[in-house]
Amino acid sequence: MKSKASVLATLLGGMIFTALFVLSADHSKVSARQSAGAIATASVKAGVAPVAEQVIHITARNFEFSPGTITVKKGVQVVLELTSADRKHGFSLRAFGVRADIKPGAVSRVRFTPDRTGRFTFLCDVFCGEGHEEMTGTLVVTD
Amino acid sequence: MDRRGFVKLAALGGGVVFLSGLHLDALGAVVEHGSKLAGHEDFYFVQLSDTHWGFDGPKINPDAQGTLKKAVEAVNGLEQPPDFVVFTGDLTHTTDDANVRRERMKQFREIASGLKVKDVRFMAGEHDASLDRGEAYQELFGKLNYTFDHKGVHFIVLDNVSDPGAIIGDAQLSWLVSDLKQQKNDSRIVVLTHRPLFDLYPQWDWATRDGANVIGALMPYKNVTVFYGHIHQEHHQMTGHIAHHSAKSLMFPLPPPGSLPKKAPVPWDAAAPYKGLGFREVEAQVRKASYGITELPVMKG
Repeated sequence: MKSKASVLATLLGGMIFTALFVLSADHSKVSARQSAGAIATASVKAGVAPVAEQVIHITARNFEFSPGTITVKKGVQVVLELTSADRKHGFSLRAFGVRADIKPGAVSRVRFTPDRTGRFTFLCDVFCGEGHEEMTGTLVVTD
Repeated sequence: MDRRGFVKLAALGGGVVFLSGLHLDALGAVVEHGSKLAGHEDFYFVQLSDTHWGFDGPKINPDAQGTLKKAVEAVNGLEQPPDFVVFTGDLTHTTDDANVRRERMKQFREIASGLKVKDVRFMAGEHDASLDRGEAYQELFGKLNYTFDHKGVHFIVLDNVSDPGAIIGDAQLSWLVSDLKQQKNDSRIVVLTHRPLFDLYPQWDWATRDGANVIGALMPYKNVTVFYGHIHQEHHQMTGHIAHHSAKSLMFPLPPPGSLPKKAPVPWDAAAPYKGLGFREVEAQVRKASYGITELPVMKG
């Protein structure tokens, strides 16, 4: 016997809901993307659509990340979509064991779930030129 | 007179001013082998690092054009000349202009040629080699990784900078392993490199991404010590029985790892010029496989 939630999930199966909203003072755009199944299950319990995944787009270029500060919620999976506007860069967020090469013309995706709040530095770890050592950013994890 | 005797007398007599004397027998891998190493005599060499020739920042170092030259004069003024001098990378400050890069390297080489000691070993830092995979460096200074032997010590120069991702790479690792196979388990081995081989503070890019592979390859050897640069300050750390010693810069100091939210050069202190800058003597006691380190200032105080 299927539950109400799983029936709803079946009906909505394959559909993707995307919500865009603004987080933090730096106006970084964060996409909350989740499967229909997840929505249905959680809606029954809480009555509101939860955030199951935080998708954040970051563009790297000499010698900055844009946005330079990103804000995410603790305990919710983060997907970083990394692109380069000029040359090869790196993305390293040691606090959560995340790193990736960022190459022009491609999107590098990394996933992690922040398990603690605070401010954490990320940096380009591929030496990219005169301003390389200034190429850092901040991840803010909130409750 | 042995080197320790010289150091002591020089300090007392004022011929050389030592900011600090740090002998690392307790940190180094001290193994007595007695007569098995007959013929291996003690010696000392000088390590200079992170000269960043071409750097321009009056608030950071208003004597950017003069500090390296003063260091050369200071080394030339040592009462007892070292057996050799080694520069552990970042000879020049990075530039996106390949012509300027070569020009800075030529200027650096010209200044370094003023050293009375003619046995001078160079290696690259990421500022020298990461933007062109070491092309200009190799044109002007030669190989990025190499070995040499001196009075019973096997020196291995590792390149962890020409790959812009701070990667030693499989090819160099294989080269290292092959070289190490020629050594005995208790050979005296000194590794010279630019970046730390261990994760000192990756948040500030103070690491080698695959440095653990190098340390793993070195682990079977009892007497290994690493001297490096990159972090512009003294730092001493053990990974197992392997000691790692970073050197000061000759252009600007950097703050202790993680001590500030963002890494940035320490501003010049007009009340204490050249503070935090300097070079070091490394006294190799070959029989003991230990290395006494003495830090020296750029200018005599």
